[in-house]
Amino acid sequence: MNFFRQCLILISSILISLLTFVGISNADGHKGFKLGVVTFLSGPAAEPFGVPAWNGGKLFIKLLNEGKVPAPYNKKGFGGMKITAIPIDESGGATKQVQEFRNLVQRDKVDAVLGYVSSGDCMAIPSVADELKALTVLYDCGTPRVFEDASYKYVFRTAAHAAMDNIAIAKYLIEKGHDISSIAGINQNYAWGKDSWKDFSVSVKKLSPSSEIKNELFPKIFSGQYGTEISALMNSKAKVVHSSLWGGDLQSFILQAKPRGLFKRTQVVFSAGDHVMPGLGNKYPEGVILGARGQYGMMAPDTELNKWFYKSYMDEYGVFPAQPPYRMVQGLMGLKMAIEKAMEKNGGKKPNKDEIAAAFKGLEFDSPGGLVQMKLGDGHQAIQPHAIGTTAKDKDGNITVTDIVRYKASCVNPPNGIKAVDWINAGFPGADC
Amino acid sequence: MVDEILTIVLDGAIYASWLFIVALGLTFVFGVLKILNIAHGGIYALGAYSTATLVPIFYSLGMPEQLVILAMLVSALAVAIVITPIMERGILRRFYGQDEVLIVLVTYAIYLVLEDVQKLIWGMNSLYVSEPRELLGALEFGSLYYVGYDLALIGLAIFCGLFLWFVLNKTQSGKIVLAVIHNPEISGCMGVNINKVYLAAFFIGAFLAALAGSFTAPLISVQVGISVAVVIESFAVVIIGGLGSIPGAVIGALIIGMARAACVHKLPEAEIFIMYFCMAGMLIFKPKGLFQGAQARKI
Repeated sequence: MNFFRQCLILISSILISLLTFVGISNADGHKGFKLGVVTFLSGPAAEPFGVPAWNGGKLFIKLLNEGKVPAPYNKKGFGGMKITAIPIDESGGATKQVQEFRNLVQRDKVDAVLGYVSSGDCMAIPSVADELKALTVLYDCGTPRVFEDASYKYVFRTAAHAAMDNIAIAKYLIEKGHDISSIAGINQNYAWGKDSWKDFSVSVKKLSPSSEIKNELFPKIFSGQYGTEISALMNSKAKVVHSSLWGGDLQSFILQAKPRGLFKRTQVVFSAGDHVMPGLGNKYPEGVILGARGQYGMMAPDTELNKWFYKSYMDEYGVFPAQPPYRMVQGLMGLKMAIEKAMEKNGGKKPNKDEIAAAFKGLEFDSPGGLVQMKLGDGHQAIQPHAIGTTAKDKDGNITVTDIVRYKASCVNPPNGIKAVDWINAGFPGADC
Repeated sequence: MVDEILTIVLDGAIYASWLFIVALGLTFVFGVLKILNIAHGGIYALGAYSTATLVPIFYSLGMPEQLVILAMLVSALAVAIVITPIMERGILRRFYGQDEVLIVLVTYAIYLVLEDVQKLIWGMNSLYVSEPRELLGALEFGSLYYVGYDLALIGLAIFCGLFLWFVLNKTQSGKIVLAVIHNPEISGCMGVNINKVYLAAFFIGAFLAALAGSFTAPLISVQVGISVAVVIESFAVVIIGGLGSIPGAVIGALIIGMARAACVHKLPEAEIFIMYFCMAGMLIFKPKGLFQGAQARKI
């Protein structure tokens, strides 16, 4: 009996040791990479932003896992590790998102989180990410305040902030000889809208000091009804109307303003106006100056990487990619490059978050939208080239973007260590245009 | 100055008309069934979706353009016909007489279900149906152009309000409804079929919600989430006017519409909270709303 008990203890000990070893080697080895992906999968921001972004992300992850992405992204997965994505819905507000983030990190034990369209969420998540020491890539949100008002160790943003969109539009208006003697704005009443208007109006005042602000409207997000605002904008007789509206709000604004002649009476500029073009089609007005928050979609550069991505997305979904999928893919590319750079340094092992964060800092990588440089926020915030164009009808009567002007990243982004609005106020010192 | 006042009045009236059509159904249902129906917003969204689906089919059949309004009415009617037996007979009837808070939670649950039903049927993509809005052209007022369709909404709101008032006050069926509003138990004892009255009242409320959605569809991008703002704003209207009061809904919608328009034109920074300011003011000084009269105590 004693003999059997001793045998049992011995076998159990061996089994426990083996299981522990397997567990450790699984955790330490590179069996896979678990990635939490947070974007809008329901609510008003899903159709214009979240769903197309995740469509792009899903497709890119699939192609990465199959090793079918062109160089320099041709290594399977992330450094050979198969990517397993856990998609999470971003709707519900910042408090809910903080809880979802904790769930991803603490319960699901993801290796990294990539996400966030809403500027409100991007303001709420980074401090929690650093508290939990969770590697986090902000792929879309625009408010410049994330890295201007604070610094984080484990948080990176792989797309330029909104200052670039509005500075470039102001420069475009001047270069194309538009009358900017008076401006008005309609922007949503939260961080994104307020920051966008501030960057645009200050840029215009700097480039044309005699310009007068006629009207500043900040309707609440998702209000959907803009009849009164359209009257107020038309009554103001401003030469230029600026808007950073997005999603359903932008679609509704266009549908309501077009028959009332706003687009004929004044020069309208949309700082992020491309993403509703696939949905609206020929209902989109002509003569609108617009940005895509980067060189994306109809304003993407003529490079092999872009041609590959554009075609892959078109083939898969039957519609051209606007800014959301470009930005998610850009985030995935940044993360992949950082992981593989860290693996080069540690001899090919699965890198830990500190190694990835160190490799991410100051990283430069190619994307379908051009060269991305992590230059701001002490190497945590990207800058990228930009493009602005004007909508027009092509010979088949379809709405397209023409008269495109491209801006170098260093022309429309502030240097490291200076806030965007201070840089604009100082007259864009050091801008390389 | 005159131009500006005219603009504020017109903008306010258009907005108030839209609000009134939505709030009218909400306040009527509360008046008869004593149910604060949060799912009203969900029915509004279904009305918008059904119009965005039916109108393109209508055009594809080559029907005369002018009859598109008929297609919009049919789509609203279809929503009310489908939703009324499911909601009133299937669910709400089981909760009559229960705690008001419980009923509010039930209607909130239905609202969430309706949101998912929209996703299930129509998916996440936006639908556009702006063609009916081009039907009546544009009219010039001062230095501005207004779309005839938007102005016609004022007429629709007046028609809905007057029609409901006429039915309630000048027809036998309306007087039966008023009797049920006043005292359902005694009405029942006098031979009134209360269940039928409740069903009819809920149908009218649902039709008005769907009608508002149906006629709003050409103005907006129809997508999941359009009902959220509607629920909040129509509640503000009925709180200001008094729950269950049709004249209250008229005045509540006009107060919010005009105050909002005046703010957007003259004090844009106040626009975001003006509705809540009006609502809070009413709750402080007249908690039961403008048109909630004194009620006899039942023994």
